[in-house]
Amino acid sequence: MAESPFKADIERVQKEYSEKMTPGAIVYIPGSSVVNKTGGWRVFMPQFNREKCIRCFMCYTLCPEPAIYLDEESYPVFDYDYCKGCGICANECPTKAIEMVRESK
Amino acid sequence: MVPLEEVKKMELPADVKKKLTLPFEEHFYAGHTACQGCGAALGLRYVLKAYGGKAIFTIPACCSTIIAGPWPYSALNAPLFHTAFETTGAVISGIEAALKAKGYKVKGEDGIMVVGWAGDGGTADIGLQALSGFLERGHDALYIMYDNEAYMNTGIQRSSSTPYGAWTTNTPGGKKHFLEQRPKKKVIDIVIAHKPAYAATASVAYPEDFMKKLKKAQTIKGPAFIQLFAPCPTGWRAPTDKTIELARLAVQTAYFPLFEYENGKYKINMPSPNKEPKPIEEFIKLQGRFKYMTKEDMEILQEWVLREWDELKKKAEIFG
Amino acid sequence: MPKKVVSGNYAAAYAAKHARVEVVAAYPITPQTSIIEKIAEFIANGEVENLQYVPVESEHSAMAACIGASATGARAFTATSAQGLALMHEMLHWAAGARLPVVMVDVNRAMAPPWSVWDDQTDSLAQRDTGWLQFYAENNQEVYDGVLMAFKIGEHEKVNLPVMVVESAFILSHTYDVVDMPEQEEIDEFLPPRKPLYTLTDFENPFSVGALGTPADYYEFRYKIAKAMEEAKKVIKEVGKEFGERFGRDYSQMIELYKTDDAEIVFMGMGSLMGTVKEAVDILRSEGYKVGAAKVRWFRPFPREELYELAKNVEGIAVLDRNFSFGQEGILFNEAKGVLYNTDAKPIMKNYIVGLGGRDITVNDVKAIAKNMKEIIQKGKLDREIEWYHLKR
Repeated sequence: MAESPFKADIERVQKEYSEKMTPGAIVYIPGSSVVNKTGGWRVFMPQFNREKCIRCFMCYTLCPEPAIYLDEESYPVFDYDYCKGCGICANECPTKAIEMVRESK
Repeated sequence: MVPLEEVKKMELPADVKKKLTLPFEEHFYAGHTACQGCGAALGLRYVLKAYGGKAIFTIPACCSTIIAGPWPYSALNAPLFHTAFETTGAVISGIEAALKAKGYKVKGEDGIMVVGWAGDGGTADIGLQALSGFLERGHDALYIMYDNEAYMNTGIQRSSSTPYGAWTTNTPGGKKHFLEQRPKKKVIDIVIAHKPAYAATASVAYPEDFMKKLKKAQTIKGPAFIQLFAPCPTGWRAPTDKTIELARLAVQTAYFPLFEYENGKYKINMPSPNKEPKPIEEFIKLQGRFKYMTKEDMEILQEWVLREWDELKKKAEIFG
Repeated sequence: MPKKVVSGNYAAAYAAKHARVEVVAAYPITPQTSIIEKIAEFIANGEVENLQYVPVESEHSAMAACIGASATGARAFTATSAQGLALMHEMLHWAAGARLPVVMVDVNRAMAPPWSVWDDQTDSLAQRDTGWLQFYAENNQEVYDGVLMAFKIGEHEKVNLPVMVVESAFILSHTYDVVDMPEQEEIDEFLPPRKPLYTLTDFENPFSVGALGTPADYYEFRYKIAKAMEEAKKVIKEVGKEFGERFGRDYSQMIELYKTDDAEIVFMGMGSLMGTVKEAVDILRSEGYKVGAAKVRWFRPFPREELYELAKNVEGIAVLDRNFSFGQEGILFNEAKGVLYNTDAKPIMKNYIVGLGGRDITVNDVKAIAKNMKEIIQKGKLDREIEWYHLKR
């Protein structure tokens, strides 16, 4: 489960739609939004403390993107390609295992 | 491109399967352009989880039009029809009629769900006629109104769902105290007056409750309506990490109680009718849009909340 | 099926039934009501299978429901008139933009105020920019044939555009005439089940339709619609020819020409008034006038090439418009004149505004117009370009 479920066929999306104009503005590749890496929007990023995590899955449930998925041991993995840094996960974590730190680029 | 194939094959440990209260498959893809902390995007993610791949969505002009993706992007792994602002109720009626004419099974465990996903503007104001027609004719579809309490997509203008005393761009406070002067319109009461098969309110802070209501809407024959409370940090001038907290406080202060209407009976889910709800101030102080409120405004709002809550409790007693 | 004596509205209802329509969503408005009443009668008597009737709460919702149904792959049909057509204007654009072949019968009725339920072409012509094909019927037979052909043309893979079949209020909609209706098997051969461009029930490869188009892309989407309209001209001719071969009435000409071969003056117009004009042409010919009639069947796509071919060989065209675009001219006149401007065909063209709001157009009126045109041609110049014929006061 450590493979992010959002790895999409980015090349196919970019290639097909640059050549084809579909009648009625049809989008025939669902999930083509993954081409847009919204991780660049962040100011703060979630920092995860694995020891404190009790695997309640609140962060995974409440992420609006969603940019959190679960690994083989069911701990959350943060997909920083898409995390917008809203901070809901940190705010809702019952053990404060997630901390929002200012991202230094 | 569907990595869901991989996800479906993955084995969850048994204890995790028990703990995980939502279906694991993801049909909502990241990379969409919702604001940080958007309640509506979270709500849409839940609806897609509940119905898996077998639901047809109709989205009118609203924030979700952009969240679902400008051409050529789509964030949903489901068939989606973009439509004009006021037509959600009519389009889902047409889709349901076509499915029936072609002999498909609509609703039910293995049937196709038809879902209209519209904002409060596109439902309570301009879409009210189409919603009324849809409910009255009794189509087997689900209409979900996600309530972020203003016309957010066009820049935070007031809608009939905006509460008393809120700042919006066309009720902007200012020196002459020109805030929203009208109370929040109770769309759920209008819907219940049509006596639909199922009507309910839900909140993004209570996803399991929302999922249960979505499953109920799938099994009960007839028109279903769910009003989903989806906070908008951008429009409410709240910090982006407080979305879920606001949705929870709205329920706990009885500002937006969760209840269901089925077979002529009301059932209150939350907050408990036997306890005093939290004071509305706890909900208001987290939001920047209420900063122009005076003490009188606060009292008027608190009075409105308690009055509506009282009315709902009485209805639950009489029609319980 | 034997010939039936039906009104124009009933002819439209029978055509929808024979075309095996699947979803009908309509809102009542005089004088369209009997179309929907007849369809409801078919359902009540069990004469149709798989037809869902949605009694919507407004015309806007009617078109929205038809669009939703068509997007799901079903054959959708509706009918309306004047105010209702104006109300659904937004959704007319939507149907064409989403490339859905909805078929609608519009019963030409005058726009209010003042309230009028009688024949006037302004309502349908006001929708000429929406991307819908428009077919104007002269008699009840053409209403029936038009609806059948509309499904075939609209659903053609090169077209995928909605089609409007226009008939006159009361003159056609409520007057009875003989209509020849072919057997259902013959119609099924002519009009097989619809093969949609996309359908929302495709859960293997889910589509999203009608998303936001930025300035970088929107232009090309609209060009696709324009191209489809051009292709539609060829499809119209093919389908019209096939209709003639199968059922004996040929519709391959987008402008029906009546005695125009050696005509000096041609009357041009659309719809039921051309029936009167053809009568008048016969009488005028017997009196020695060299006149003909050109009935424009398809207003969209506009038959530029055929008009040019006609205009090359005549000296004068009297365009009879049962409509008017305020601040400009009669709409058919305006379009026809514009089409001929860049060509070498330069007949004298005059616009006669006749019969607005259902005022009767008689054979004598046409004869007077012919006399007026003859004088103009002899003088070689127009007395006035737009004539509001017989304005009383």
